[in-house]
Amino acid sequence: MLSKKQIFSKGILAVAPHMFSVIPFGIVCGAIGIELGFSPVLVYAMSIIIFGGASQIVFLQLLSGGASALIAVTSVGVINSRHLLYGAVLSEYLEKLSFIKKLLISYLVVDQGFAESNKFFQKNRNETHLHYHLLGSGGTLWVCWQISTLAGIILGSFVPEELGLKFAVPLTFIAIVVQDIKKLDHVIVMITCGLSSLLFFDAPFKSYIIISPIIALFVAALVLRLKK
Amino acid sequence: MTWFTIIIAGIITYCMRMTMVALVDRDLLGERVKAVLAYVPSAVFPAIIFPGIFINDYGTFIEMNDPKIFGAIVAILVGYFSRNVIATIISGLFSYWIIIFLL
Repeated sequence: MLSKKQIFSKGILAVAPHMFSVIPFGIVCGAIGIELGFSPVLVYAMSIIIFGGASQIVFLQLLSGGASALIAVTSVGVINSRHLLYGAVLSEYLEKLSFIKKLLISYLVVDQGFAESNKFFQKNRNETHLHYHLLGSGGTLWVCWQISTLAGIILGSFVPEELGLKFAVPLTFIAIVVQDIKKLDHVIVMITCGLSSLLFFDAPFKSYIIISPIIALFVAALVLRLKK
Repeated sequence: MTWFTIIIAGIITYCMRMTMVALVDRDLLGERVKAVLAYVPSAVFPAIIFPGIFINDYGTFIEMNDPKIFGAIVAILVGYFSRNVIATIISGLFSYWIIIFLL
C-alpha cells in the first residue's frame, strides 16, 4: 500500500513530461489574449476562472471578432463538455470521497491529468488514497498553466508566431494514446473519432470536439458487441 | 460585461467537471456503459489531435506535404518505440522546425 505522499508524487511525475507541451501552449494562450487587445488582468483571470486551454483562446477570439457573449459562453461550454466523459470515467475511483472533496477535486480535472491519473488508477485499483494521484497531476498542471499564461501575457508579442508552438498540443495527446495503437479495437475508435472531428470541424460552437467522441463511443459499443 | 461572461463560462466549465464526479451516482451506469467508458481516452483525444495537425489557423485543410504531418509521424514513431512522453513531444516539434526553418 502506497502512502498519500508517494501517490501524490507519482501524480506529479506522471504529468510532468507533458509540461513540454503545456508550458509553450500556455505562453501562446497568454500572448494571443494580449494580441487580441484584452486587458492583462482579464486574460490572466481566465486561467483561474475557466482553467481550460483551448476554450480560453476560442472565447477571446470570438469576443474580439464581435460574437455575442451568449455565443462565446456556449462555445466554452461545448468545448469543455468532454469533461463530462472524464468525470464519468473517474467517478469509479473517486466514489469514496466526501461530497466536499469531490467538489474540490473536480476543479483540477483537465485533459492530461485525467489521462495520466486514469492510467494509474487502472493499474492500482486497490490503493486507498487514489485521489492523491489526481491532486498531484491536476495541481501540477494548474500551477504550470498559471505561470505559463502569465509569462505569455508579459512576453506578449515577443513570442515568435513562426515557431508554431500550438503544434505542441496534438503532440502531447499523441504521447498519451500512442501505446494503444497496438490494439485494433482502440485504433478503430481513434480513427473514427479523428475522421469525425475533421468531417464536423465546421459544425457550430466547435461542437466537433464532443460530436466525434460520441460517435466514436458508439462505434466502441459496437466493437464490444462484436468481440463477444 | 466581459467579466460577467468569463464568470459564467467558468461556472459552466466547472459544472462539466463536477457533475459526473459529484452528482451522478455511478451505480446508475450499467455494466455496458462502464465497458464503453474504458474507450474514453481513445474516443476523445483524436478530436484534439487530428484538427491540430490537419487544419490550420484559418480553419482550412493543410496540404499533404505540410511539415506538421511529418512532425506527427515522427512523434508517433518515437512515442511508440520509446514510450517516453518528452521524447514524443520534442521529436515532433524539432522535426517540424527542421522542415520549416532549414529546408
